[in-house]
Amino acid sequence: MSAVDEVVTEAPAVEAVPKRAMTLGYGTSLVMLALFLIVPLLVKNFIVFQLTMLLIYGLAVLALNILTGGSGQFSLGQSAFYAVGAYTSAILMEHAGVNYALTLPIAGVICFAFGFLFGQPALRLSGVYLALATFALATAMPQLLKLGYFEHWTGGVQGLVVTKPDAPFGLPMSQDMWLYYFTLAVTIAIYIFSVNLLRSRSGRAFMAIRDNEIAASAMGVDVALYKTLAFGVSAGITGVAGGLGAIAVQFVAPDSYTITLAISLFLGMVVGGVGWLPGSIVGSAFIIFVPNIAEGISKGLSGAVFGVLLFLVIFLVPHGARQVAIVAQQLVGKLKKN
Amino acid sequence: MPVATSRVAIASAAFVVLAASSSGALAQKKYDTGATDTEIKIGNIMPYSGPASAYGIIGRTEAAYFKKINAEGGINGRKINFISYDDAYSPPKAVEQARKLVESDEVLLIFNSLGTPSNSAIHKYMNSKKVPQLFVATGATKWNDPNNFPWTMGWQPNYQSETQIYAKYLLKNKPDAKIAVLYQNDDYGKDYLKGLKDGLGAKAATMIIAEESYETTEPTIDSHIVKLKSTGADVFVNITTPKFAAQAIKKIAEIEWKPLHFLNNVSNSIGSVIKPAGYQNAQEIISAAYLKDVTDPQWANDAAMKTFLDFMTKDFPDGDKLDSGTLVGYGVAQTLVQVLKQCGDYLTRENVMKQAASLKDFRTEVLLPGIKINTSPTDFAPVSQLQLERFKGEKWELFGDVISADAGG
Repeated sequence: MSAVDEVVTEAPAVEAVPKRAMTLGYGTSLVMLALFLIVPLLVKNFIVFQLTMLLIYGLAVLALNILTGGSGQFSLGQSAFYAVGAYTSAILMEHAGVNYALTLPIAGVICFAFGFLFGQPALRLSGVYLALATFALATAMPQLLKLGYFEHWTGGVQGLVVTKPDAPFGLPMSQDMWLYYFTLAVTIAIYIFSVNLLRSRSGRAFMAIRDNEIAASAMGVDVALYKTLAFGVSAGITGVAGGLGAIAVQFVAPDSYTITLAISLFLGMVVGGVGWLPGSIVGSAFIIFVPNIAEGISKGLSGAVFGVLLFLVIFLVPHGARQVAIVAQQLVGKLKKN
Repeated sequence: MPVATSRVAIASAAFVVLAASSSGALAQKKYDTGATDTEIKIGNIMPYSGPASAYGIIGRTEAAYFKKINAEGGINGRKINFISYDDAYSPPKAVEQARKLVESDEVLLIFNSLGTPSNSAIHKYMNSKKVPQLFVATGATKWNDPNNFPWTMGWQPNYQSETQIYAKYLLKNKPDAKIAVLYQNDDYGKDYLKGLKDGLGAKAATMIIAEESYETTEPTIDSHIVKLKSTGADVFVNITTPKFAAQAIKKIAEIEWKPLHFLNNVSNSIGSVIKPAGYQNAQEIISAAYLKDVTDPQWANDAAMKTFLDFMTKDFPDGDKLDSGTLVGYGVAQTLVQVLKQCGDYLTRENVMKQAASLKDFRTEVLLPGIKINTSPTDFAPVSQLQLERFKGEKWELFGDVISADAGG
């Protein structure tokens, strides 16, 4: 069998998702936005904190979604980018006294550069091999953060405690509430950026590469450039999420960014629906709340219960939240006709 | 496992309102969030899952003990509502659970939360919220810092003091030792290592010939042991958590390395470490203890030990008596009960810390004879004495005197 045949017969790693199906309609988006704006006003600070974490992990899942759903590349190394972002913010805030809001773009840029550079050698790999290479990155990161050489800045195994910012301009708002709305603003900005990115020329190039690399290069897409670019963008957004996470949790330590986090994010992406951006929030909710539910069911067997729940989701709705959304949409459509 | 039901939560919320409205009339009684006329809410965070799940038994023992206390009528007529959550030994998860306990479940205090990284992550939060982080289940030296962190208190002897005792022993009995150290690469491991080096003083540089560290994420530490053996060391200081300690003991026997083996107190449980590693492999290992060992025949007729064993058979039948975690959980729960008894009807967070810092010669039954719990506003280290022990046959044999580990800690 010739090489070309193999490429053609091989099933694509990621199912082709048309770009319109990647986002929500205007009406639904506005309803979601209204919910995200109003709910925090009605609940306790602790729930507000959980919602903040929901948005933060949502951003990280979104970043992975751009990489996998957009350009068809796998990554199990997102925890490494998340950690770099978190540490960048924490170190800038605690050692250099930089304002927390300013640390986020810096974290984003550093992670973009890191991801772009990592994307270079990763270019030669694809599919499971790429996943393994990024896996190596995720495994190495916590140990790198513990290195005595960096200890002066990273705090070594002790980690760094981060001061939580107060609401500015004397707004009558608790720290948690302010941080939530701040995170929400960042999330919306990044979401709009991501949607537009995928609708742009670059986005079309990502998707062409995802669907068929050879065809894409035949069309004149610079495969190498766009693949590394996707890595860079994904890492950059993950870095911003990491920075926000450090501020919200008020603590960074190497043990917070192990391979478990990378797998959680991957899991969140699959549960949310690969290539469906709004699913990122659903996936994030799954990785935050389902372990708590599992613990509520059985303390000793929480891991097993989590496994069963995950299995059910994958078995019943293999395309994740996207599938649920499509079914719901069809139902609504039928009702309208009647 | 007793977990707060929503009904209890609603009832207690109602009581909080009641208590708040009637506080003027009852000048004698004073409550903070989490305490009422009928109930005291205690929060707890344990690694029931994840790399340190072996410690989960401590939380389960505490739950069983509080259940027993409740069945006997509670503390000054108040039942303990013990809410214990899993953090899987992950710091961000610990923050989430701590916030849930403080802000959502509205506990009076968080008690015996386990793990140095997890407690570090919530250290600042608890102190800024002014909620007691009482008797944390870690031996890091930093919990004894009443000036900067007046809301946090440890319980067990701190790590540095323990290795200082080993260092003293080595300087006296084996001054020409060639020491190899294996430690977990985190606060806990480094704290122990620091204690050893401080204890050896100027001789540390020459006596310690090899240091190896491992990560909790490693599946096995066999390769580290082989490497340490090759250095020709004749003393092995084993600063590892239970799973790895058992692996180390087994591997050392397997490759026929025969160093003088010091095993840290964290992992000297017969049930969860020595037995799985094999009794024959653990002979002559030296450790330090502050608790009685259930398997030691010298306590067979000990009244206190009988009380503990009765508790285990009656109230916690599925718990492993040989696991020292059950003993720790029992002892620390008793200490909390003592503190709450001292608080009387004045159950504010401030008074809890005040009473916790004024324990005088308190003994729980499970402490070794001669070891007493003493605290003061400037001493937030409840248990600070240890005794050396050596493994013989199928049990630990104590030797030497009770050593106060406060010195230089």
